[in-house]
Amino acid sequence: MGSLTFIGLGLYDEKDISLKALEAIRNCDKVYAEFYTSKLTGTTVGEIEKVIGRKINVLSREETEDGRIILDDASHKSVVFLTGGDPLTATTHLSLRLQAIEKGIKTHVIHGSSILTAVPGLLGLQHYKFGRTTTLVYPESNFFPLSPYEIIKENREHGLHTLVLLDIQDNRFMTINEGIEILLKMEGKKDDGLFDKDSIICGVARAGSPNPTVKAGRIRDLEEYDFGPPLHTIVIPGDMHFLEIEALEVFADLPASISKKLQKL
Amino acid sequence: MGKKEDNIRKAKDLMTKLDHIRNIGIAAHIDHGKTTLSDNLLAGCGMISEELAGKQLALDFDEQEQARGITINTASASMVHEFEGEEYLINLLDTPGHVDFGGDVTRAMRAVDGCIVVVCAVEGAMPQTETVIRQALRENVKPVLFINKVDRLINELRVTPEEMQERFVKIIRKFNELLNKMAPEEFKGKWNVKPEDGSVAFGSAYYNWAISVPYMKKSGLNFKDIYEHCQNNDQKTLAKKSPIHEVILDMVVDHLPSPKEAQRYRIPNIWRGDLDSPIGKSMLETRPDGPLSLMITKIIMDPHAGEVAVGRLYSGKISKGQEVYVIGKPKPNRVQQVNLMVGADRIPVEFVTAGNVVAVTGIKDAVAGSTVGDTPDMEPFERIVHISEPVVTVAVEAKHTKDLPKLIEVLRTISKADPSIHVEINQETGENLMSGMGELHLEITEYRIKNDYGVDIVTSEPIVVYRESVAKKTPQKFEGKSPNKHNRFYIEVEPLPENIIKALYNNEIPSNVKKYKKEVVKALQDLGMDKEVAKGVIAIEGLNILTDVTKGIQYLSETHELIAQAFAEVMRSGPLAAEPCQGLLVKLVDAKLHEDAIHRGPAQVIPAVRNAIYGAMMTSDPILLEPMQKVFISTPQELMGDASRELTQRRATVRNMTTEKDMVNIDAKAPVAEMFGFASAIRSATGGRVLWNTENIGFEPLPKALQDEVIRKIRERKGLKPEPYPPSYYMD
Repeated sequence: MGSLTFIGLGLYDEKDISLKALEAIRNCDKVYAEFYTSKLTGTTVGEIEKVIGRKINVLSREETEDGRIILDDASHKSVVFLTGGDPLTATTHLSLRLQAIEKGIKTHVIHGSSILTAVPGLLGLQHYKFGRTTTLVYPESNFFPLSPYEIIKENREHGLHTLVLLDIQDNRFMTINEGIEILLKMEGKKDDGLFDKDSIICGVARAGSPNPTVKAGRIRDLEEYDFGPPLHTIVIPGDMHFLEIEALEVFADLPASISKKLQKL
Repeated sequence: MGKKEDNIRKAKDLMTKLDHIRNIGIAAHIDHGKTTLSDNLLAGCGMISEELAGKQLALDFDEQEQARGITINTASASMVHEFEGEEYLINLLDTPGHVDFGGDVTRAMRAVDGCIVVVCAVEGAMPQTETVIRQALRENVKPVLFINKVDRLINELRVTPEEMQERFVKIIRKFNELLNKMAPEEFKGKWNVKPEDGSVAFGSAYYNWAISVPYMKKSGLNFKDIYEHCQNNDQKTLAKKSPIHEVILDMVVDHLPSPKEAQRYRIPNIWRGDLDSPIGKSMLETRPDGPLSLMITKIIMDPHAGEVAVGRLYSGKISKGQEVYVIGKPKPNRVQQVNLMVGADRIPVEFVTAGNVVAVTGIKDAVAGSTVGDTPDMEPFERIVHISEPVVTVAVEAKHTKDLPKLIEVLRTISKADPSIHVEINQETGENLMSGMGELHLEITEYRIKNDYGVDIVTSEPIVVYRESVAKKTPQKFEGKSPNKHNRFYIEVEPLPENIIKALYNNEIPSNVKKYKKEVVKALQDLGMDKEVAKGVIAIEGLNILTDVTKGIQYLSETHELIAQAFAEVMRSGPLAAEPCQGLLVKLVDAKLHEDAIHRGPAQVIPAVRNAIYGAMMTSDPILLEPMQKVFISTPQELMGDASRELTQRRATVRNMTTEKDMVNIDAKAPVAEMFGFASAIRSATGGRVLWNTENIGFEPLPKALQDEVIRKIRERKGLKPEPYPPSYYMD
């Protein structure tokens, strides 16, 4: 009987792979991976292969969603399936796991570090105070969902922060600047007064790398700011604890004048 | 010649006097004498010689048309006529009579305000008479009646003077009956034609004479004189005393509206924009100084000038060198030449003003049906309704491979000039499909490709176009899953009621639901659709409706456009044989969506909905519809057996049979697929002594026994696997 192990590779490069993951990879019959939901931007498939000493079969979105390639192998071999981040967070592999179990395949999960905790950590925001996460997608002529705006609004009404993930399409990674532009465009459509040029926004680029960019400030100061290479993430802060404000000032260059104002000093 | 130039000068002067302009068309059943009448009118105004009128067929300027003796292209001509001491500019658009060219007729109707309907005294009102009246009334075009071929009534049928009167009364009664059956509410009863007031004329276009009651007073002739002159073979005198162009153009000036009068009630009917806006007001008042509004009704290919766009100017003025926008195209076009049309001649002028028909070069982006304005965001005119739609297709290939690029270019040009020709170009296989309204329509187009454009082609046997539909409501909602399995859409389909299909077909419901949601919902409710179902309508594609009857599903509205796109794809290519769908009500009854927008984008929603609709159709007794034709045959008694044998071999059903003298009229209905080659078959069976014509009358279910075989043939031709997929195929 085969098995299927979901392995999270972590955030940035081949060195984020855990020892437990490495062991599982080295002992399996076949290695699959997908990089369309997330990507380790600090490395390449070749580099990872060198570290793990195995050939990786990268699957397209269609092949992953279809699931047959993985499940056929996993029914009689031990198979590992690699993804960026944490394998069942911010990815869609839940249905694959369900299908596997239905076919009587044993499944395991080896976790990796996730953007969902890394970004709040880098900014110094408390993860307890985050509301629902949302994603900004590249607008298309027939698809410009405004639900991210509604989710941010709902969170704000409860005083909660919002983690805003940014779209990845083929080799196109949405930047914080593009994200800000989209948020302002949504404001133009909804006109609920959630954003203007003075709204405070946080941006994190390359979480998990040795040199992440971590910034907080007004939209007018950050909309043109160069955050450097991908991946980028936005956080829209809600009501802040005084320590959070202090952290933003220290970790994310929030101007002192703004920090003072926020602390009502 | 002198008269022609004189007229051109006068026409230029009259163009700005709105009360002195009439924009008219002539429409008739085939062979009732429309082109002959047009030539007479032109001749009377000195545009062609009078002796040739009736024989020259000036408006049939395409060589093909003259050879076949039928009019294909709509050409236009302006002429000057004097009535009660004042001069009038008459802009005449000639329209083809053969039903295969119905697309041209409907477009020409958009450009005119009034119409002369020609009815043959011998045959009376025929099926196409009804069609052309309907086409005119749909555009709020006012008709008058000309009863032609009166001489044949007298000399060939040898009716008595009393019988002649009776026939006239019968034709007029039938005409008014048709008129009132189809007229818009506001004109019912008001547009009736009456001999007494001169809205009916009688005559012989071939012999260049006509008569009307008011003109009898002028000429001193009466019906008795006419009867005698005809009997004595002296129609020349009639033509002298009561020339046809005088009588008919008097009728036109007196009874048909000026552009100023007509635009007031026609604009709200053909344009959906804000009537209180500057452009709306300007069109209602036919203002020459308002914003530009030009509706293109025809593209003519000229070997020297290239594409010439002919159309009706509803507002403003169009001048040489002006920058104009074809609505829907981003970049402006520059007007090169502005012309008045005189038969095949175009007379260049500096500008033309509102209320006139104009021919323009330089508007490269225009196709028949385009709206042209001086800003890119003008509200375009309503889509022109085609009473007929393409039902026959041939595959076209270049005989020499090197001609392939040229062929593709020619096919594109042709479909631009004649939008009732649909062209599907497949760059990969090199197989190009060309669809038209009938066998003849395609034969003529093939002839043009070879002769006018000089491309040698090989064409396949004609094949008919089918439609897909369902016979019953989906028994149980069908679930479609997105590839990532995180989204599910539940669909039910059912046949739309006949009255709604008809309203869609007649363009009574706007197809742009996004823009006209309120109007669409109201129209559907008025037609009896359940309030909740009507309120949920998301999209209309062809004769199919998509509605969302779910309640309170979060984020669902964000995916509406994607659902509509999937719907449109399926409606253009159904599950049985990848033919277009027709008459379907597609209901979204439930949906389950992923929380985050990234997991319910186009790549997820479109396949899920597509599968759900396909699956729902496959579980609802899917059927194939085939195009049908009315076949109208007029045969001598002794050949009736041969004629009806030709019909029965072709799955035809006879709907009515009437006898007149020694002729039998058969009114039958047959599938278009069975009617290929009918022309030569009936000719050889009856020695060419049988008159017949056909008219497309929409689609009907294919007999069940034939369905599987037909589906298999279509699928094989398209390179699909021979059997359609079962519902289970669409479940994952």
